[in-house]
Amino acid sequence: MFYREVGQYKTSYGADQALFPILQDRIGIAVILLIAFVGVPLTASNFTIDSILIPILVFSLAATGLNLLTGFTGLLSLGTGGFMGVGAFACYKLTTFFPNVNIIVLILCSGFFAAAVGTVFGLPSLRIKGFYLAVATLAAQFFLSWCFIRVQWLYNYNVSASIEVPTKTLFGLAVTGPTASPVTRYLIALSIVALLTLLAANLMRGRIGRTWMAVRDMDLAAELIGIRLYQTKLLAFAVSSFYCGVAGAMMVFLWLGNAESESFSINQSFLILFMVIIGGLGSLLGSFLGAALIWGLPIVLRAAPSHFGVSIHSATVEQTSFVILGALIIFFLIVEPHGLARLWQIGKQKLRVWPFPY
Amino acid sequence: MRLKKLVLGAALAGVVGVSVPASQAVAQDTLFVPLFTYRTGPFANSGIPIANGMHDYLSMLNARDGGIGGVKIAVQECETGYKNEKGVECYDSVKSKHPLVISPYSTGITLALIPKASVDRIPIFSMAYGLSASAVGADFPWIFNPPATYWDGMSIVLQYIANKEGGFAKLKGKTIGYIYFDGGYGLEPIPLLDQFARDYGFTVKKYPVPPAEMQNQSGLWLGVRRDRPDWMIMWGWGAMNPTAVQEAAKTGYRMDHFIGVWWSGSEDDARPAGAGAKGYLSLNFNAVGANYPALKDIEKYVIAKGDSQTPKNMVGENFYNRGVMNAAIIAEAIRNAQRLSHKKAIDGADMRRGLETLKISEQRWKEIGLPGFGAPIDVSCQDHNGHHSAYVQQWDGSKWAKVSDWIPPLKDKVLPLAYAAAKDYVTKNQPWPKRTEACDDKTL
Repeated sequence: MFYREVGQYKTSYGADQALFPILQDRIGIAVILLIAFVGVPLTASNFTIDSILIPILVFSLAATGLNLLTGFTGLLSLGTGGFMGVGAFACYKLTTFFPNVNIIVLILCSGFFAAAVGTVFGLPSLRIKGFYLAVATLAAQFFLSWCFIRVQWLYNYNVSASIEVPTKTLFGLAVTGPTASPVTRYLIALSIVALLTLLAANLMRGRIGRTWMAVRDMDLAAELIGIRLYQTKLLAFAVSSFYCGVAGAMMVFLWLGNAESESFSINQSFLILFMVIIGGLGSLLGSFLGAALIWGLPIVLRAAPSHFGVSIHSATVEQTSFVILGALIIFFLIVEPHGLARLWQIGKQKLRVWPFPY
Repeated sequence: MRLKKLVLGAALAGVVGVSVPASQAVAQDTLFVPLFTYRTGPFANSGIPIANGMHDYLSMLNARDGGIGGVKIAVQECETGYKNEKGVECYDSVKSKHPLVISPYSTGITLALIPKASVDRIPIFSMAYGLSASAVGADFPWIFNPPATYWDGMSIVLQYIANKEGGFAKLKGKTIGYIYFDGGYGLEPIPLLDQFARDYGFTVKKYPVPPAEMQNQSGLWLGVRRDRPDWMIMWGWGAMNPTAVQEAAKTGYRMDHFIGVWWSGSEDDARPAGAGAKGYLSLNFNAVGANYPALKDIEKYVIAKGDSQTPKNMVGENFYNRGVMNAAIIAEAIRNAQRLSHKKAIDGADMRRGLETLKISEQRWKEIGLPGFGAPIDVSCQDHNGHHSAYVQQWDGSKWAKVSDWIPPLKDKVLPLAYAAAKDYVTKNQPWPKRTEACDDKTL
């Protein structure tokens, strides 16, 4: 009833090919952006912004990066954590070399370093596929983790082997470091994520995205219709790693303020992979839903008992949230393997015919 | 139908997620001490006894004395799982409730919180872990790490070894193996170890254990067998410790030449290796055993009443007592802060002053029911650590026994390193805030 495109006529190809052809979608996205850019900064508490929203934005971007590679191009990667680390360490080194350059520019630039490293580790992808490629990216993950500890130059020979974020200002306002307000960091993260998501969405609708999906669906057929596999796959690796690198730099500079090799371990790669699987492979919306669910659920579980006046020991809550998260993953894999994004799609279909389903 | 419920459920979860309450208010007239614990994850074997010790001592003060200075202590645990992200989240969740002090119990979390402490005006107390350089009070007014730094620990270990070998001169030509947690914690002592190796002409063999490989050290110990180091020094934590002790026993390494830092000396680190662990050495700065009036009070007021998760036989174990010591230092600092500020319900800024002029004499240890429990503690504005002594203990197959006197660290080697590291940290993190806090004992 409310969600129906009856009467919305498209009079040009441009209108038909728009990013959001349906009016309700356009209104919806505008409302979401309005809430995210205006509502949240005005109303949300520092804890909500710092511990829930910024992490979700960071993980959404990383999940988007992995989704471009795994969901859209069909190349399974377990090196996400490593590529995020490349972005973070690159951004740290850039701030030492260019202390006066705008930090947002540096965060975005660090993505290019991750893209370069990702391309190198993407080289085997023409020869090997599936599980074997996963193992090759696993090697990348371990090699990069090793570098983050062993190559002392990367962390400027700090005795603590960790990278710290100095305070950087933008128009006199602190944007990184301990004095930066959560709202400032949130708005910067949100802008970067919104921009890169828009870019990804358009990439997917264009020639590049279509070649990626063609390769995913059947690489032999794709080759036969004239798609050059090597370039296509390497480009997918590069773009995916770019997104992961920017996410890693954001994680350190806009969220944690400090990181060591352990922050970019194999566990991080798996976490992002779970987000993509639960959210939905091959869906940008899924990246956001997956990140929100996996990061948000433990926090909700942790806050819920005291919210209802029940006191449960913090360790018990932690273990419970592990159990529930594990159960949810299994549940989703059985009931809806296409993830939350598919649920949303089904929901939309139902809404179109509601209240008279046929 | 099922799908409809699913969608509804997902939507509901979203709504609940948005309306997470920021924090529950803690009453104004309490002393809020959050405890960052890890009772889950790969470091739980080390984390559980410490968490219990801290919790029980503070609860005992509440039950026996009605808190400190007549004000109740609000103890609240936050589970970090030893993960930096979770630790920062815990910090953010307690920040608005004005905690008196944070004990992160993780070097990684401590490093993440150090820059935030001065901004949020919350003191950090990292008891003999964290950033060693933060002992320099002029640069790190909000960070405290008594009783000793890792460099102090390394200098004590090397003194013990030199003593056994017959003096530092006898170390020439010897090989010392260093097995360490491959992260900030294990990497920090290396400059000092290398410096000693250069000064006294011994060789250092390094055996890094990556966090993911903590329980898989057999390859590494093959290397140890090949290199035949005369002594092995360990900087381990969590599941790495018992694995290393077991592997050492399996390869037949001489256990009385294998010495761990104070974080590698729990009963659970030595016990799993059975009889093979007999002779294993470790540093310690707190007493072991339950025969202390304060620990008896814990059993009487807390454990007997079921207000604790502690199994009765855990009281008196090394890491349990370590937790008690951590809590006792916090409690003494609160008392000191109440005295300095003439307030009962103090805040973080008062607590900082209390920690900065903290003195626990031998007499005072006795008065709080812990005679000889730790070395006398003396913190000043200039020196937030004190660089106190530690002793060496040996595993006799069922419990730890003290086998050395209290050994003071070699301050002349350690202090230059600490000052240089602090300076390095400050230059790399410009603009680092200048110390503006007044100094109570005029050492600055």
